[in-house]
Amino acid sequence: MSSYRELLRRLRDEIDEVSVAKAAGTADQPLYLDVREQDEWVEGHIPGALHVPRGNLESRVEQLVPDHERPIVVYCAGGNRSVFAARTLEELGYERVASLSGGFTDWKRNGFPVQLPRSLDPERRARYSRHLLIPEVGEEGQLKLLDARVLLVGAGGLGSPASLYLAAAGVGRLGIVDEDVVDASNLQRQVLHTTESLGRSKVDSATATLQALNPDVEVVGYQERLTSENVDRILADGWDVIVDGADNFPTRYLVNDASVWHEIPVVHGSIFRFEGQVTVFDPRRAADGDGNGSGERTGPCYRCLFPTPPPPELAPSCAEGGVLGVLPGIIGSLQANEALKLVLGVGDPLVGRLLLFDALQPGFTEVAVRRDPACPVCGDEPTISEYIDYVEFCSRGAHAPMP
Amino acid sequence: MTVVRIPPTLREDAQGQRQVEAEGRTVRELLHDLTARFPALRDRVFEGDEVAPFVNVYVEGEDVRTRDGLETPVRDGATVILLPAMAGGATSEGQSLGHG
Repeated sequence: MSSYRELLRRLRDEIDEVSVAKAAGTADQPLYLDVREQDEWVEGHIPGALHVPRGNLESRVEQLVPDHERPIVVYCAGGNRSVFAARTLEELGYERVASLSGGFTDWKRNGFPVQLPRSLDPERRARYSRHLLIPEVGEEGQLKLLDARVLLVGAGGLGSPASLYLAAAGVGRLGIVDEDVVDASNLQRQVLHTTESLGRSKVDSATATLQALNPDVEVVGYQERLTSENVDRILADGWDVIVDGADNFPTRYLVNDASVWHEIPVVHGSIFRFEGQVTVFDPRRAADGDGNGSGERTGPCYRCLFPTPPPPELAPSCAEGGVLGVLPGIIGSLQANEALKLVLGVGDPLVGRLLLFDALQPGFTEVAVRRDPACPVCGDEPTISEYIDYVEFCSRGAHAPMP
Repeated sequence: MTVVRIPPTLREDAQGQRQVEAEGRTVRELLHDLTARFPALRDRVFEGDEVAPFVNVYVEGEDVRTRDGLETPVRDGATVILLPAMAGGATSEGQSLGHG
């Protein structure tokens, strides 16, 4: 048995310690690993440092720092906790580990650069207070939302509730692609628009509604139909998540193919009469052993779920078949929920799972969606690598061969 | 006895029913029993001797394409779901410009 003091002294003999002057003066900058607690980290830290609280060190560090030969300088507030953390890293096989003597306190005292975290001003603290109270969101999560960029395909039944909740949540930039004008038959469910908006473009009407709700939100309108010609230009504006509320199969397949090639997750929703479907297609590639994004795709794509569009007689529109007004409210809100989870990185996204909702039971059912290794777009040997004629693809039904 | 859920777009061919009971130890037997009683469904669900490519069939939450296709066994009391894609509302020409 040894006391804390004895244990610390013994470890000090065994662990490399480096002064702040020496660490900061190294030409080849090491990876600074901050092992302090969250409340200490948010008060300021060494620029570029990686934050892993000591309590999570063993479980998280190997995923974040796969290279065991990378030089690492571990620091805490005063240079004691980092000695223990450095020992743990050595036990995990990290070969070039040092503890920062005097810690962050010494670093600041010597005038080395400090990155102060951004924080919310009082007005935003009040607006987002119910988010700030949730431990999984908090100030850090709210700042992520304010930095997030979500593209909505369609400002109709699904896009209305989705964009309203995303704007209210403080998602900093919302893109809206829709070429339509507000029609009287929209108002039974498209709650972004009002009787006064009749005849106005949906993009204009949506922009006015969303900015009145939350001036923190920048709305980028694209008053055009999403096509093979404009999709790359629109996606090049930089989006973290796409919320697909399109009302037709050609756009669904176009959104899918573009999202796979641009590696942007899509929150998919669709509705008909009393029933709706929600899922998340996440085509991003996981980091492989080298830390670059060339590993397996995270999830299946729309073509894995529905490889072939139905023939037109089996694909009636809401215009033809109708839809209960509140149904897009439910499904679009679920889409907003998934988009917020993706941005915040919390919970289990609906990847690989299709959620079915029946308003009459009412009830939810879940079925599995698996990535198809033979998928022509996201599979192991893709056969489609550029945009096709989606209208033609969807109008010939199932009787023509796949491209 | 197995419960088969009929999607809204196919209900007209199943006398408007939301779910029907059918017999069969495999998906093939089950769908043959179903379409024998609702012949209008046959042309929707089958393409030749196979399940039409635009209709997904789930047995206990798993797409039979990822199992043994029509030979996928069906346990007594299982729930089977027929599910074609829903766009959220395409026109019959597939050229609708609007959204939802």
